[in-house]
Amino acid sequence: MRYNEKELQALSRQPAELAAELGMRGPKKGSVLKRRLVKLVVNFLFYFRTDEAEPVGALLLERCRITQEEPSGFSICFMEDPERKYHFECCSEEQCQEWMGALRRASYEFMRRSLIFYRNEIQKMTGKDPLEQFGISEEARFQLGGLKA
Amino acid sequence: MPGPGIQAKIPCPCRVGKDDPGPGGAAMKLNERSLAFYATCDTPVDNSGFLYKKGGRHAAYHRRWFVLRGNMLFYFEDRASREPVGVIILEGCTVELVEAAEEFAFAVRFAGARARTYVLAAENQAAMEGWVKALSRASFDYLRLVVRELEQQLAAVRAGDCAPPPRRAPALAPKENGCACAVWSAEAASRPRPGPPPPLPPRRRVSEPNGPLHAASFVRLHQQYGQEVRALRSRWLRSRAQP
Repeated sequence: MRYNEKELQALSRQPAELAAELGMRGPKKGSVLKRRLVKLVVNFLFYFRTDEAEPVGALLLERCRITQEEPSGFSICFMEDPERKYHFECCSEEQCQEWMGALRRASYEFMRRSLIFYRNEIQKMTGKDPLEQFGISEEARFQLGGLKA
Repeated sequence: MPGPGIQAKIPCPCRVGKDDPGPGGAAMKLNERSLAFYATCDTPVDNSGFLYKKGGRHAAYHRRWFVLRGNMLFYFEDRASREPVGVIILEGCTVELVEAAEEFAFAVRFAGARARTYVLAAENQAAMEGWVKALSRASFDYLRLVVRELEQQLAAVRAGDCAPPPRRAPALAPKENGCACAVWSAEAASRPRPGPPPPLPPRRRVSEPNGPLHAASFVRLHQQYGQEVRALRSRWLRSRAQP
C-alpha cells in the first residue's frame, strides 16, 4: 500500500499525548525485547531507537485490543490477527495502567463514540444539539445510529 | 466484503510508499495489513466515491475509488478491489479549491519543504463540495477538539447551569428553540439507549481555560484556518497569474 513516509515522519514530530522509553518486542517468533522511545500521536503509536530522530515504525491504533501482560506490561493486537502481539514492558504498574488507558482512548472510533455520547447527553439535558454551532450536526458519522457494539 | 481475499501474503513491513522513496536507510515500518483491514471492514464509511487523482506534477489523472474512514483517505483501483492502492493520512493538512485544467478540482496540501500536494477532482460540483467539507474536518485533531468542547459543555450542564454557555451564533436562520426538556427526555427514554457510555477522557495535565474562553478559542481556530486557506489560495492564484 502506498503512503507518504515523509508525512508520517512529520506526524511523529507532533506533540505527543504520551511518550516514554519502554521495552518493546515485535510480534514475530523469537523477537527480543528492545528499548524504544514510544510516542503516542493522534491514533498512531510511533517507536524510535532511543538515539534516533526518525521513527523505526508506526502502528495505526484502529481495531486493536490492549491487554495487560504480567507483571507490568501490556500487548497490542489487531482484530484481524489476535495472535500477532506487540509487547511492551513498563517500569511500573502505574505506568502500565497509564499507557493502557491512553491507548484505548487513542482510536478515531473511540473519539467518535465519545462525541455521539456527549452529544446525546447534552441534547437530553438541554434540548439543544451542541453540534449545530459547529455546522456538523447533519454529518452521518455523528449520528446516534453510528453507535455499535 | 472482507473475505479470503484479504488473506493474501503478508506484505513486507518495510515497503515504502512509491510516492516518496526515502533518501536512504531502512524504510519506516507500518502495520499495513491492519490498515488494509481498517480500509475494508464493514462499518459505515465517512465518505466514498470516485475521484480523479493526479499522479504527480505533470502526470495524468487516474480515476480511483476513494474511501474516507476516520482520518485515513484510502484509494482503490476500483470499487470491488479488496486492498487499497494507497492511503493519505489526513493530519496536518489543509484542503482547498484549486484552479486546474480539470473541473471540480481541489487539493490536499501538506506543510513543510518539498511536501506533497494531492490534487483531486470530483465528477460534479456537489461531490466536490461534499469531499472538501468531509476532508477538511476529518483529522483526529479536529475531532478531539470537538469532543473536548462537548465534554466541557456537559460538565457545565451537569454542574447545574440551565443552558450551555452563550456562544456567538453562526449566521444561520435561527433554529426553533427545541422542545421542552421534558419532551426530549420522554423521547429519549422511548428510544433504545446506547450501550454503556465510554469513560470520560482524562483531564489534560496542562490546565485549560474553561467555558466561554475555550469556546472562543475554537471559534478563533475556525477563523484562523479560514484566513490561512484564503491567504494560501490568493497567493497561489497570484503565482499562477505570472507568466
